[in-house]
Amino acid sequence: MITNFRRAVGAAAVAALGLPVLAACGGSDDKGSDGSKSKTVTLVSHDSFAASEDVLKEFTEQTGYKVKVLKSGDAGRAVNQAILSKSHPQGDVFFGVDNTLLSRALDKGIFAPYEAKGLDRVPKNLQLDAGEHRVTPVDTGDICVNYDRAYFADHKLDPPRSFDDLIKPEYKNLLVTENSATSSPGLAFQLGTVAKYGDDGWKDYWKKLKDNGVEVVDGWEQAYNDRFSGSAAGKKAKGDKPLVVSYASSPPAEVLGVKPAPKEGPTGVATGTCFRQIEFAGLLKGAGNAEGGKALLDFLLSKRFQEDMPLQMFVRPAADDAKLPEVFTTYGARIDKPETLAPEKIAANRDQWVKEWSSLVLR
Amino acid sequence: MVLARPEVAARDAAAPEGGGPRRTATRLGLMALPLAFFGVFFAYPVASIVSRGLKDGGQWQFARIGEVITDPRIGHVLWFTTWQAAASTALTLLLALPGAYVLARFDFPGKRLLRAVVTVPFVLPTVVVGSAFLALLGHGGLLDELWGVRLDTTVWAILLAHVFFNYAVVVRTVGGLWAQLDPRQEEAARVLGAGRLAAWRRVTLPALAPAVAAAALMVFLFTFTSFGVIQILGGPRYATLEVEIYQQTAQLLDLPTAAVLTLVQFAAVAALLGVHAWTVRRREATLRLVDAAGTARRPRGAAEWTLLGSVLAVVALLVLVPLLVLVLRSFDGPDGYGLTFYRALGSAGENGGTFVVAPLEAIGNSLAYGLAATAIAVVVGGLAAAALTRREGRLVRGFDALLMLPLGTSAVTVGFGFLISLDEPPLDLRTSWILVPLAQALVGVPFVVRTMLPVLRAVDARLREAAAVLGASPLRAWREVDLPLVGRALAVAAGFAFAVSLGEFGATVFIARPDSPTLPVAVARLLGRPGELNYGQAMALSTILMLVCAAALLVLERVRTDRTGEF
Amino acid sequence: MLRLEGVTVRFGERAALDAVDLEVAEHEIVCVLGPSGSGKSTLLRVVAGLQRADAGRVLLAGRDQGGVPTHRRGVGLMFQDHQLFPQRDVGGNVAFGLRMRGTGRAETERRVGELLDLVGLPGARKRPVGALSGGEQQRVALARALAPEPRLLMLDEPLGQLDRSLRERLVVELRALFDRLGTTVLAVTHDQGEAFALADRVVVMRDGRIAQAGTPLEVWQRPASEFVARFLGFENVVPATVRGGRADTAWGKLPVPGDTPEGECRVLVRPTGVRLASAAAGLACEVTARTFRGDHVVVRLRPDGGPEIEAACPLAGAPGVGDRVGAVFVADDVVVLP
Repeated sequence: MITNFRRAVGAAAVAALGLPVLAACGGSDDKGSDGSKSKTVTLVSHDSFAASEDVLKEFTEQTGYKVKVLKSGDAGRAVNQAILSKSHPQGDVFFGVDNTLLSRALDKGIFAPYEAKGLDRVPKNLQLDAGEHRVTPVDTGDICVNYDRAYFADHKLDPPRSFDDLIKPEYKNLLVTENSATSSPGLAFQLGTVAKYGDDGWKDYWKKLKDNGVEVVDGWEQAYNDRFSGSAAGKKAKGDKPLVVSYASSPPAEVLGVKPAPKEGPTGVATGTCFRQIEFAGLLKGAGNAEGGKALLDFLLSKRFQEDMPLQMFVRPAADDAKLPEVFTTYGARIDKPETLAPEKIAANRDQWVKEWSSLVLR
Repeated sequence: MVLARPEVAARDAAAPEGGGPRRTATRLGLMALPLAFFGVFFAYPVASIVSRGLKDGGQWQFARIGEVITDPRIGHVLWFTTWQAAASTALTLLLALPGAYVLARFDFPGKRLLRAVVTVPFVLPTVVVGSAFLALLGHGGLLDELWGVRLDTTVWAILLAHVFFNYAVVVRTVGGLWAQLDPRQEEAARVLGAGRLAAWRRVTLPALAPAVAAAALMVFLFTFTSFGVIQILGGPRYATLEVEIYQQTAQLLDLPTAAVLTLVQFAAVAALLGVHAWTVRRREATLRLVDAAGTARRPRGAAEWTLLGSVLAVVALLVLVPLLVLVLRSFDGPDGYGLTFYRALGSAGENGGTFVVAPLEAIGNSLAYGLAATAIAVVVGGLAAAALTRREGRLVRGFDALLMLPLGTSAVTVGFGFLISLDEPPLDLRTSWILVPLAQALVGVPFVVRTMLPVLRAVDARLREAAAVLGASPLRAWREVDLPLVGRALAVAAGFAFAVSLGEFGATVFIARPDSPTLPVAVARLLGRPGELNYGQAMALSTILMLVCAAALLVLERVRTDRTGEF
Repeated sequence: MLRLEGVTVRFGERAALDAVDLEVAEHEIVCVLGPSGSGKSTLLRVVAGLQRADAGRVLLAGRDQGGVPTHRRGVGLMFQDHQLFPQRDVGGNVAFGLRMRGTGRAETERRVGELLDLVGLPGARKRPVGALSGGEQQRVALARALAPEPRLLMLDEPLGQLDRSLRERLVVELRALFDRLGTTVLAVTHDQGEAFALADRVVVMRDGRIAQAGTPLEVWQRPASEFVARFLGFENVVPATVRGGRADTAWGKLPVPGDTPEGECRVLVRPTGVRLASAAAGLACEVTARTFRGDHVVVRLRPDGGPEIEAACPLAGAPGVGDRVGAVFVADDVVVLP
């Protein structure tokens, strides 16, 4: 009934608007009902997805499938869109669900199981759905406090190393972080404190952090580009906060394109303040081209793709045989003991935590 | 002997004669396309997402509405949303009306450029502008350096940024009509003993009222649904309804709450439209329009020069300084001022694996989307405006209001609505590029209608009759008589639609689409990455975006004046 | 050519046209004369198809025009405020109708030149219409209306906004022009001088009805009612009782034509029919005003009883204000009104 209605509305609209051409190019170029013969595989992702052209070309040469990438919004939005369009998925593979959102995606059942080739090269602790293989870990990233080296050198002060350091008086009024409700690094940083101090302890910690003058802005861009004094952009914007919640991969990015290459980057990472995000990909249920999707998942774990990722998306590859680019090894920090939380726990408490955080910190 | 005066009967006759069945049929015919457009690409998607939110297992959950509405936090958000929008609108009118006057009535070198420049902010992504505004208002900004005043994270930053964005709305909507008002009317009033101000208030203001109301309405709707500005300049403590809807939908996937908030937003917008219709209804009248080229002159006397000077000063401070900051930053490379970032844009891909799209491609995408969206908006909006030219009829007024609704609707609502409603053939446009310009046109259409309607209604109906008597069919008469007269308004409207589309970010990112990023998307992508090179390239791309916009608008102005009378 | 049968137009309660019958023959020039609000502009609009008739039929060349849209009726209409297209120059305005019927460029150029010569504006082709004087605008409007050679040309107050001398000259020019072109013309005006100079036939309207129709001479000589008489500018109307070939009035007994039926009526005396004599020789009056009219003088007389009287007298020997004179009425200029 509803379907008929939709079709009627659709047909009427297309006729009225004289858009048959558009409908044709929009609706049927690559997702014909006969998926097995389709030569295009569609990857749905968030706006940060990126891959070198020759890497994608290589995939086409190896498998015969062309990759079409659909992007929309940030990670949270992209996952929610995938959930909403479950009954008519937009593509074959979804890339970009991390451990903070994983449970929601799994519970809503948007993924079909597939054990990708090359999973043996991925450390077990990243394989959060090892039982069913509905999702495949592809990369990791750590959210940590970054510091402005020059500031701490000028003030003869050691940069902070841990969560505990951040509430010490010598770091009063130095930290800027992001709103947990609107920013994914902001949320990750909060989750890090939850992991560190436990279900109740984190609120005490944030009270102290607030008393110590933490500033909260809405997005990472404002925090890092406008308020942080260590980034090139922040310097131009006269940012006055030498501590910012950002990524462990931010320092290498600061030296990209700087010539001659400095010995040490302008920013560093407080290695004891990190929360680990693991990013997954999965085959969408009802995919038009499941075979192509599987091939693409295999490829995402290939050495070629894994080694391309760091400079494309500023993440760490999940496969342990993938070599990091030099800029990462020279200017990046090794995060040995990042905080982590089980996806189920995040899923169960996330909204509540964000609400509590908001009323604690913002008001 | 009876004095020669216009026949009352003829005037009366012009009004009620449209009631014939043929006219009604024509009007419905004109409305068909706009109605289909709005039905399929607005009403249906939005209804889908709202009903999905309010339905649980096939049951309507109306209790939910009460829960959300009575939440004091939501009440607080609604109050803030409303008063900041009202204050922003008032401030924008206050600062921009003199600008509209100066651009309409004075001739001075660089006028055309100025008109293009004030429109540039309109296209800039809020992330970029927010950052530029911090250079004016924030820590170490201009005001801080000069007087130690910091306005960031205050509501003033929000209000001023709203003026920055919407200055052009007032200048263009009001100024466009103002330039075509016969200055002799005001002169006549002054001969009759009215002072300069009184003459303006009695003669010009009533004639301008519909345009002013239209501009105010649009500014209000824009600021009512403000998102980026509030987040960046206001900080996390300020939240509008739009921000709330975004969080509920995109982050928390709490569709029921989002649905109720969307309904609240609709109710607020509907109330606003009602007030607008009520204030404007009686004011619109047939005006004597003249060629705009003949109404402007060089300023005379100290008072006029002062006015011109102060308008230029406001524009310089509020519009040019933030823009200039961006341009400067785009040149401020690691080795001093230079073209480093522009070169980096040119060599994207090979430069250590920077992930950016080639800027030329982004410009091309932006222009293509912009042209498509403008074409859709002009066709749909033009037809709608033609259908709405005659005022009578409740149906017509309802239609008018419907066209304005998208301005007051959250982009995330529309985007998610598209996702769940346009998912089956023949309407599965989710993966098509056309969805982006279609979504952009939703915002462009109200502009086209609002800009054209006052002028269309001001066209003397008897000019059309004159054309008909000379053998022009209604369509031909519209083309020959209305179009040249509204050509200016149409160009203004098209310019807006184009600028809206060029700078449009919300719909573009809410819609999953093949990877053909537009300039704003590319800028946002660059800003989302750490590193000087990325930030610098973002600034360079923003500068290019400004140039593209300014150039497009200049071309549009040129086209308009060259072809006057020969459309 | 044009036939109106019982045409009625109502605006709410008021009838702007009330069952109007009218006929205009080929090559005829008909002027509709009436005060403001008498419905004459509505009449033109109905013929042009700009106004729907609530009842009745409009026929052009014998064909019912009901349902024929304006642009297919092949009539021309010159609006009283011209309605020149402001975005077009003079040439563009005149060429408009020709373009609408797809006339070729060269032919259009030629016709526009011809028409501009005809209306006395040679070389004005490129001028913007905003820069024209009232008289020039009128000429352009006329040229524009004539250009497509309409089978019926309608003029709404064609000379309304012009000064008197220009108007008098143009009336003559127009008349000559229409005669030369053989144009069928239906004009409306409130100025009887204009109507009489222009028209083959005059139609006087009042409150949406035709009060009188006829040649200018007929209407002038035999106004059909007091309304028509007063509208034509005749002031000397007085109630009368006819008995035995004479009318008994407040001004005394007046001579009336022999075939006048006996009884109550009104009588008009044209100013030329009032001769002045010594106070004793006629109705004794005092001169209250004197208006110089070029070749004659109009004096107002106040008799001892009855309404004031207007008299036309030669320049030589016209009395001054305050003089006492006697009024004598000439039978030929006495008109009995129903």
